[in-house]
Amino acid sequence: MVAVEMQHITKHFGHVLANHDVDFHVSEGEIHALVGENGAGKSTLMHILYGLYQPDSGSIAIREHSVSIPSPSQAIGLGIGMVHQHFMLIPPLTVLENIILGNEPVTGVGILDLAHAEEQIKTLLERYHVDVDLHARIETLSVGIQQRVEILKLLYRNANILILDEPTPVLTPQETDALFETLHGLQAQGKTIILITHKLHEVMAISNSVTVMRRGKVIATCPTTQTSHTELSRQMVGHELALLPPLSGEPSHEPGLVLEGISALNDRHLPALRDVSLSIAKGEILGIAAVEGNGQSELVEVITGIRKPTEGRIIIDGINASSADQMPPISHIPEDRQKRGLVLDFTLKENLLLGRQHENAFHGMLLFHDRSVEKFAETTLRTFDVRPPDSRRRCRNLSGGNQQKVVIGREMTKDSHLIVAAHPTRGLDIGAIDFVHRTLLKERSRGKSILLVSSDLDELMTLSDRIEVMFGGRIVLTRKTRETTLRELGQYMTGTASS
Amino acid sequence: MLVGPLIALLLSVVAGGIFILSIGQNPIEVYTRFIGDSLGNAYGIGQILFKATPLMFTGLAAAICFKANLFNIGAEGQMTIGAFLTGLVGSYFQGLPGWILLPASLVAGMAGGAAWGIIPGYLKARFGAHEVINTIMMNFIAMGVVSYFITNIVGVPATVHTPEISPSTTLARLESFFPVFHGSPVNLSFFIAVVICLGAYIFLTRTPRGYEIRALGLNAPAAEYARIPIRKNIIITFALAGACAGLGGMNFILGYKHYFELGFSEGSGFIGIAVALLARNNPIGIIVTSLFFGMLEYGSLTINTIVPKELSNILQAIVILLMITLTKVLGGWIERKRSPEPTNA
Repeated sequence: MVAVEMQHITKHFGHVLANHDVDFHVSEGEIHALVGENGAGKSTLMHILYGLYQPDSGSIAIREHSVSIPSPSQAIGLGIGMVHQHFMLIPPLTVLENIILGNEPVTGVGILDLAHAEEQIKTLLERYHVDVDLHARIETLSVGIQQRVEILKLLYRNANILILDEPTPVLTPQETDALFETLHGLQAQGKTIILITHKLHEVMAISNSVTVMRRGKVIATCPTTQTSHTELSRQMVGHELALLPPLSGEPSHEPGLVLEGISALNDRHLPALRDVSLSIAKGEILGIAAVEGNGQSELVEVITGIRKPTEGRIIIDGINASSADQMPPISHIPEDRQKRGLVLDFTLKENLLLGRQHENAFHGMLLFHDRSVEKFAETTLRTFDVRPPDSRRRCRNLSGGNQQKVVIGREMTKDSHLIVAAHPTRGLDIGAIDFVHRTLLKERSRGKSILLVSSDLDELMTLSDRIEVMFGGRIVLTRKTRETTLRELGQYMTGTASS
Repeated sequence: MLVGPLIALLLSVVAGGIFILSIGQNPIEVYTRFIGDSLGNAYGIGQILFKATPLMFTGLAAAICFKANLFNIGAEGQMTIGAFLTGLVGSYFQGLPGWILLPASLVAGMAGGAAWGIIPGYLKARFGAHEVINTIMMNFIAMGVVSYFITNIVGVPATVHTPEISPSTTLARLESFFPVFHGSPVNLSFFIAVVICLGAYIFLTRTPRGYEIRALGLNAPAAEYARIPIRKNIIITFALAGACAGLGGMNFILGYKHYFELGFSEGSGFIGIAVALLARNNPIGIIVTSLFFGMLEYGSLTINTIVPKELSNILQAIVILLMITLTKVLGGWIERKRSPEPTNA
């Protein structure tokens, strides 16, 4: 049976054609991958299916019944559920409370019936072989578990068609495996799953069929067995992507960044870094691999001066930078661009000044020097291919990839010798990832020291001269990239290696 | 952009009309008086400008803090302390020439207001103590302190005001340049207030410090990332807001009565919050919304002859309530209708 049949869907936003005469169908009980670059229209199409947007024209049938879906609550009524990229959970509430939120069971006199809900959800957990502590508060859980809670929310509402919007960029390899296991379990119970993604090896690994979109149109739909990684990549981008050049030349012997015995606390005042020492040469990329929450975020914050170390010294370019006054400029691509890297309600021009507002080139005695700021903004937006290159546009109105280009443009044009890049390609599409990688390699060849933190191990293996693994706030492994393997990194990351 | 406020205004006229009818009066007559006596002649307009002047200062005091995502309910207290010092300096140094005494009394007002703002600012920055509670408390303290000084130490006996300020430090009424304003106390402070609003606009949009304050207000973690000293900026924001409020007494003291008197503010420290909200914290918008509130205040005075005073208070409150709520609701609604931007397409 056909679970979802969308025909001739067209949707405009102003003058932008987000979906153009799109046909999309999914068979019942399959895992269907929907792939495409950012802005290809896949999120729009799924938001139409979930009732968030109304199509300008076209028809939708669910299980061969023609329907209209004016709102998400209608979609839920039809058994359609969606896990969004940004989770819709309330951090201080428990898993149980979050699952029932909006659909709370009550006793005859109107009192919340948590015991009954717990019974129901426990049955769900057993049936789908999912393991979650229902009484844990969301804020104490890892991203992978939180995502599991989002899926449970849908199952609790009897969803049969589950839409997952880019579920894996936030996950570690292990969490991704666990997610896929869960998805297989759901499929075995007859659920239909639509997976929005642009990670093609995931498509190949898990999906039964795949639909490729580009610029608002469907380019191809076929069973996964009848296509290949390269074929999908070509269909998505529209042309072949040139391979990244290998690392050229050896790093110098002069250190650009040295950490000596750094210890620091996390936000809950527990030890996050324990006696960390490392050194990055000029013209070297040092990759940091770690499972989320093992001190890599705090490491980045300590180096960039946001977090104060309790012990140890930071030496940048031979200067002791342990106190904020002496800290030289650092190019910092933060792990959460929307939270730290940008002020979404500022214009692009204003965002390009963030952290650089005191640079002499941008202001006179009192006021900003409009012409030089404007010129800098226009040059940067053009060089880093931000679309649209309109310096007066609010950052909020840009896609994630273009927002990241704004951050990168600002940080790479800074007069600094040290780059700290935390998950610089998280959530970006193939074209943008390629751009970020080339930018980092270019800066390396210009003799900058680069610290690269990433949960994408392939990325670390491609870009880094050396890789260090962090576990429990310590550095537990240092290897030249060509002398290690993914398996070895994985063992040290999860603390299962016998060292 | 103006559709929202206009619809809100229309609705509040209707709602107010129902109230007027319910006490057996004719709404048309009341509204005609309201508009005719305030906007209909030069004296009325002068009164509106006069009423609007302190609101610009207190509106700025709220707006500057809102920009940094801080809630300043303390403009009333900051203005009281500032105005008291303005009056004190102006009356104590009788012998000094105007070109020294006028700036000195204004600086005293700004310093007093700033000091009163810095205290809750510092408590927020240093200990995280909530500024809403603390600015409210500072209002009470300001009232108590000033009232003590007036009744026991510096006031003219048997009154609640200071001695008159030196004639050299008064601000001329506009009627001495424009005779049409004859009889209205509107004075040069009005222009000073407009200039300060423009200055605040330039400060917020064009200077690195204003930039830092706005970044802090919109996204504090990003401000931290940008090495913006957060605590320092909280204190500076409160100091600037307090200084603006501290100038709010100028209109009454230097331009009208020529002494400081308890109760001079008529609550304009609190109305400033509404002025700022309606202007969406835009300093230039504050000029406009202050004039609007000035008209409301004076218009309500004019109808006191035909309706009870309570009714004019109710009318004022209805307009403020509906304007602020509906402008927000309708504004959002119109924006959504106009450009349904995809969140993540």
